Amino acid sequence: MRGLSGARILAVLIKEFIQLTRDRLTYAMILILPIGQLLLFGYAINNDPRDLPTAVLAQDQGPMARSTLAALVNSGYFKIVRTAASPRELDEAVARGEVQFALTIPADFTRRVVRGDQAQILVEADASDPAATGGAISALASLPRVALSRDLVGPVAARAGASDPFEVVIHRRYNPEAITAYNIVPGLLGVILSMTLVMMTALGVTREYERGTMESLLATPARPIEVMIGKLAPYVAVGLVQTVVILVLAKALFAVPMAGGWLALALGVLLFIVGSLALGFLISTVARTQLQAMQMSFFYMMPSILLSGFMFPFRGMPAWAQVLGSVIPVTHFLRVVRGALLKGLDTAQLWPSLAALGLFVIAIAGLAMARYRTTLD
Amino acid sequence: MSALAVDVRGLNKSFGPRHVVQDVSIQVERGRITGFLGPNGSGKTTTLRMLCGLLTPDSGEGAVLGLDFRRDAEAVKRQTGYMTQKFSLYEDLSIEENLDFVARVHELDRRRQRVRESLERLGLTARRKQLAGSLSGGWKQRLALAASVLHAPKLLLLDEPTAGVDPKARREFWDEIHALSAEGLTVMVSTHYMDEAERCHDIAYIAYGRLMARGTAEAVIAQSGLITFRAEGQTADGTGADRLAGALAGRPGVIMAAPFGAALHVSGVDRAALEAAIAPYRQPTLRWTEVQPTLEDVFIRLMGQSSDNFQ
Repeated sequence: MRGLSGARILAVLIKEFIQLTRDRLTYAMILILPIGQLLLFGYAINNDPRDLPTAVLAQDQGPMARSTLAALVNSGYFKIVRTAASPRELDEAVARGEVQFALTIPADFTRRVVRGDQAQILVEADASDPAATGGAISALASLPRVALSRDLVGPVAARAGASDPFEVVIHRRYNPEAITAYNIVPGLLGVILSMTLVMMTALGVTREYERGTMESLLATPARPIEVMIGKLAPYVAVGLVQTVVILVLAKALFAVPMAGGWLALALGVLLFIVGSLALGFLISTVARTQLQAMQMSFFYMMPSILLSGFMFPFRGMPAWAQVLGSVIPVTHFLRVVRGALLKGLDTAQLWPSLAALGLFVIAIAGLAMARYRTTLD
Repeated sequence: MSALAVDVRGLNKSFGPRHVVQDVSIQVERGRITGFLGPNGSGKTTTLRMLCGLLTPDSGEGAVLGLDFRRDAEAVKRQTGYMTQKFSLYEDLSIEENLDFVARVHELDRRRQRVRESLERLGLTARRKQLAGSLSGGWKQRLALAASVLHAPKLLLLDEPTAGVDPKARREFWDEIHALSAEGLTVMVSTHYMDEAERCHDIAYIAYGRLMARGTAEAVIAQSGLITFRAEGQTADGTGADRLAGALAGRPGVIMAAPFGAALHVSGVDRAALEAAIAPYRQPTLRWTEVQPTLEDVFIRLMGQSSDNFQ
């Protein structure tokens, strides 16, 4: 047996270090990846979101109703962003995802509390993401005991006794059993589509440059737009097949509810596929090698998974992270998919997310076209 | 119609601080094969790429195939075939699929027929289903050539087409190029091989971005003014003639002294000085003859000159 040669190992080791420093992108990965991601995700991700947007329909404006609202806000989990005038308005706000919670204080609230006659308030939660609402719902349990401590004095002091002065009725909408899969599986559609499509295109185009076939292609009369459409069209088909497979499995294996919104879903899927492909194409105009294209795709994938609301509640993130998350197309795609499948929303209700996806497609495709060169300059 | 297929003047191209092509003017007659020679990094590939619209020149003007090569780059592309230095067909497509792709990209009529004819001309009809990546180097080059002339271009640009190809395949490749030229195709080919240079009708020598010499092989040799002596045999103490290269190289009047097998070529431009330099070695055992300089001698001389100018 031959012995190990330290000199030979050192030779390879030195060569490896030199190559590492030559490839600036790899170098960037080594430093930026851990530092950037630690700062970004460490501060952004929060599994116990607070200050969740809440709409209120206060049919009783009395002091006890006001105290109840004050106690709700003081719990730290709720932030009243809207005062609704009708149950319909309240309903819409939850459906569109504008608020996470809707609180109704019925007109006879004070009267019933005073009489000790089963007073109730209704809290409807958008429970499509169980993780986002879990903490807030637990906080509701202690609300009746603390909310009216200052109001129940004098003649009604007896109501502050053994039993709670009122009851909080919690209505978990869209996902009453708080099944995580209902939220995660539609979300996976977004993650899987972007993972395969962005990477496949980025690698597919970079490969042409790396192998030198792009040089021949550029010497032909083929125009950039023709090359782009021709190269991307097959992947649109790939994306559609993936979508169908994921949806069928979601239904068959996870019994994910499909409440409708098919047109909105189809539109969202199409925009998202085209946007992901355009992004892959854009990456390929920047990356010089397939390895770089792969690394850049990863740079994109991490925030897509962590900041989009796929894994952690979007509303749990600080404002700056939400802004960052709003730039990522997956965020809007997830809203479309979850909204359409779990809530049965139509295009009119989902238009902000669909418009955001459309904007992304136009911006990225435009940028990719501007960067793609018909020459090798 | 002008008799020149390529007539461009004052071509310039820089990549950052590197001025890769400097004021190059090229004239190529229709139906002729022009060899484009020069050391590595001399700007040959860049010049060819500018002519076929792959690179945008910083300055320069002129006509390719009677068209303004900058303004009508698209039209030039349609009539130009370009074969890259590196094999640039799809290795994971079959021979036939590659040709079919090229035919479609050029929107050729009678596509199937053209592909079939091309396969027959190549002699690859039986192997048309084979993946291009599995072909040998020589066959790859012939396939790439067939692909670059499939749309019947009027001008063919070849960038070091035979690098790494064995002599027999090279011979066949050149036979094919001459056949195409005989049919009226204008060919510009860059190469490092002197035997290939001699197979061209005309030669253009470019070094460090500048065009140094142009004309037929004979004219280029004559223009160089180079005088070459050849020594054969041994010195008095039994050293082979080829071993004298080192001793002669530094002498005044000697531009270069290079061994050719067992013989030695000593060249210079000043006959008297050259004679004086070799005088000490005019020994009975060494046979000195004046010979015609080879193209290689001339090019090495040009290379030395241009690098002097460059520094």
